[in-house]
Amino acid sequence: MSILSLFVLVPVLTIIGIMFTAGLKGTRIVAAVGMGVQLLLAACLMFYYLSVKGAGDLHEMILVSDYNWFPSLNIHYTVGVDGISASLIALTAVVIFAGIFASWGMEYLPREFFITLILLATGVFGFFISLDLFTLFLFYELAVIPMYLLIGIWGSGPKEMAAMKLTLMLMGGSALLLVGLLGLYFYSAPNGGPYTFNILELAKVHMPYEAQRFFFPLTFVGFGVLGALFPFHTWSPDGHASAPTAVSMLHAGVLMKLGAYGCFRVAMFLMPEAATEMAWIFIILTSISVVYGAFGALMQKDLKYINAYSSVSHVGLILFALLMMNQTAIDGAILQMISHGLMTALFFALIGMIYGRTHTRNIYEMGGLMKVIPFLGTMYMIAGFASLGLPGFSGFVAEMTIFFGAFQHQDLFHRVATILVASSIVVTAVYILRVIGIFLLGQIKHEEHLRLQDAKWHEKLSTITLMIGIIGIGIFPLWLSNTIMGSLQPIIDRLTVYLH
Amino acid sequence: MTGFQSILLLRHELLLIVAALAIIVVDLSLPAGKKTRIIHFSLILFSVVFLLSFFPTKSGELFGGSFQGNQLTGFMKDILNLAVLIVFLQSGGYLRKKENAHKMAEFFVLIIFTLIGMDFMISSGDFLTFFIGLETASIPIAGLAAYDQLKSRSAEAGVKLILLSALSSGVLLYGISMIYGATGSIYFKDIALKISSSPLIILGFIFFVSGMGFKISLVPFHLWTADVYEGAPINVTAYLSVVSKGAAVFIFAIILFTVFKNVIHIWENVLYALAVLTMTIGNLFALRQNNIKRFLAFSSIAQAGFIMLGIMGTGGLGMTTVVYFLLIYVFTNLAAFGVAAAIFDASGVETISGYKGLYSTNPKLSLVMMLALFSLAGIPPVAGFFGKFFLFTSAGSQGYFILILIAVINATISLYYYLGVIKAMFIDKNDQPVAAFNSSVTMRISLLICSTGIFFVGFASGIFEYIMSLSSMLF
Repeated sequence: MSILSLFVLVPVLTIIGIMFTAGLKGTRIVAAVGMGVQLLLAACLMFYYLSVKGAGDLHEMILVSDYNWFPSLNIHYTVGVDGISASLIALTAVVIFAGIFASWGMEYLPREFFITLILLATGVFGFFISLDLFTLFLFYELAVIPMYLLIGIWGSGPKEMAAMKLTLMLMGGSALLLVGLLGLYFYSAPNGGPYTFNILELAKVHMPYEAQRFFFPLTFVGFGVLGALFPFHTWSPDGHASAPTAVSMLHAGVLMKLGAYGCFRVAMFLMPEAATEMAWIFIILTSISVVYGAFGALMQKDLKYINAYSSVSHVGLILFALLMMNQTAIDGAILQMISHGLMTALFFALIGMIYGRTHTRNIYEMGGLMKVIPFLGTMYMIAGFASLGLPGFSGFVAEMTIFFGAFQHQDLFHRVATILVASSIVVTAVYILRVIGIFLLGQIKHEEHLRLQDAKWHEKLSTITLMIGIIGIGIFPLWLSNTIMGSLQPIIDRLTVYLH
Repeated sequence: MTGFQSILLLRHELLLIVAALAIIVVDLSLPAGKKTRIIHFSLILFSVVFLLSFFPTKSGELFGGSFQGNQLTGFMKDILNLAVLIVFLQSGGYLRKKENAHKMAEFFVLIIFTLIGMDFMISSGDFLTFFIGLETASIPIAGLAAYDQLKSRSAEAGVKLILLSALSSGVLLYGISMIYGATGSIYFKDIALKISSSPLIILGFIFFVSGMGFKISLVPFHLWTADVYEGAPINVTAYLSVVSKGAAVFIFAIILFTVFKNVIHIWENVLYALAVLTMTIGNLFALRQNNIKRFLAFSSIAQAGFIMLGIMGTGGLGMTTVVYFLLIYVFTNLAAFGVAAAIFDASGVETISGYKGLYSTNPKLSLVMMLALFSLAGIPPVAGFFGKFFLFTSAGSQGYFILILIAVINATISLYYYLGVIKAMFIDKNDQPVAAFNSSVTMRISLLICSTGIFFVGFASGIFEYIMSLSSMLF
């Protein structure tokens, strides 16, 4: 029994606990306690990781534990974390904790809601601790499928359509992924011996180039669908707009990073040659994601659609940075994963809270809300500033690092792509400021908006939790950057061998 | 081999014969007003048979090699027994209906007789025993399909089944005769040595596959499936889609891996095409069904396509994944059919649109149905995910990655219609949902068995390893 398995066990126990509760009050308390424990565990993990590394541990992964699950196929349950996955686990714990409090008033079928939500989180945690591609894939699908129920039952708007579209596109992606993973498996023993799904073992094997060329695009696109890679991003605006608050938070905040993390840890890390050769295709696609997402956000009137498109743009930036394949850019990409995760979760939490009061998400039907709900309004502004990359917030650190890294490429293609992508920062600023100007500032448009109440305690708790992360990273980026940097080295070494 | 060991080797078949005869005799001796007792009697008797069949035994041959028994065939028969036990547990509600008052025992007897035929078929060592087993299984099934003989759909299903079954048996026999003509033997072992890719054997093989394709309902031999499944009583449909299909898949795999072992290059191409057709056509037709039985019929056709991927793997791994998948399929499909049967018995609803709002009135049944559908769609963490993943692994071991790609795309399409049922139960609103009801105790037991299987067979890797150890010894 390894310590890391607790990250799966605690949510499962929470789910079992919730099954024995009745009514909203009992349910949400059990959920909050469970996820609170999870948050503590994640914090302990971060401190433990830093102390171990500080003491000079040179292992690629720590807390590794291994159980031979299906011996005849050499399928293992192997867990272990490095700095990257540890930080992403911490991100997930923060977002799900905030998500529980953001759905404090869930009245329709609360028990089922929290069970499904935590099931989704179980998949995410399991994904980040897995070192074996079989369990990784198992948890990946486990993280995707509860979305259907969460959006379909508790969503709003055209929820059935959105839920079905999202589920089919993501499961279609995971179908491609499955072929890619089986390809990795069956090419894992060129000299005979048992095949393996273990990432660390696979990294020692050199997969034939011809096979890489077939399996890399499948794996990259498979994960890329979840990372809203253009042109497979269309599930994202509809899905996020229809999903209930906590689900949007978790999905935009964490699940989309699952895709990016997979692209990086599985597709690029294990098939570096094909990644290097085919990077240009995906650089073009991700550049389109970034620019198109930003302009898409500019054109929307619905707050959720604006942030969904903004997520397409920002997660596109993560994939773009990963494909730059140098240490600075990838470091920036991981920072951006965490920064965007916190930021977008905060956005969606606030939108949910504002929608709960005004019953509209159309920005033109609101105005001057800053006067009546100053706490939520200020939070929204801060999230917006973080999102457009103002210094002092996490977004600035991440984006600067990415563009420094991207500019290290001297050739024309990378330069043009980088300049194009960097120009999206301006568009981001425009749409963020536009939204804030329209619905937070100015005159109050409706009489009844004068009577709105500001945030309740659980809403404050939810947003402040996320805010601490955003400002913390903005002010002390080195703390996180160091955690990530140490783990990047082996990956960079493997990638750069093939780069020139 | 001593007499006692021979009896042990034949334990499944002998026990079933005894059980069938006992049910007939007891039914005759029951007084007119207490005929329903036969249901309990049959259930208890069959449970005993099921448990006794686990008696461990060695491998061996009987009747000069016509009958082969080993641990793997024993395990296959146990799977079939389990499936039949679940079907029996689910049939109580149907058999207690007024129109069935005079023919309760026949239901059990007919099913047990078909099972005997299937057991002989699985253990056959030559084509003659195989064919006799197959026919013994086929004819009572037509009677079962026409069990509601006064309903025209059911009668039609029976007639359709018997006619097409006879036709396919004829085709199959024709193929066997060609193989006999080319090799001069009907024994599997002899044929395996003499087999070659001569035109006559290829022709014989194609006839053989066509005949088996009918039994497994592979496209393009599937046309009977939906009509028969829809017309037959729902418990019989469950039996057809799980036990009858499962037995046919078992013997099909055994014959391919033993008799046609040396001409893999012929049958792999044929199976490739059949797998692609079966998955795709089955899925596309399932998309538009509203009747739950037709829906499950097409879904089970698509599942048969996935099973073919496991067979493509050949050898120990292929056999293991197929047997493992069918074990999971028993739990999964019978859970779905069980819920459908419970709802049909209580309210007469058998359309998917009729399931709207089911969760608000019957939450437990809806949850079991959801589990079953997720398992059919291959969603983790339930067993169907493991079953399907290993089928794909089996095909991958021979390098059929394009085929896997086609299969996974099909799996995604299938998700659309499985989610459609879940949407009806959980999301759609309905003014008049199926009223809340309590299903019978036996039904609940059966659904409990199925749910437990769906949850644990995947995680319990020991089961997979056990099957692997059995089949690696043979192939």
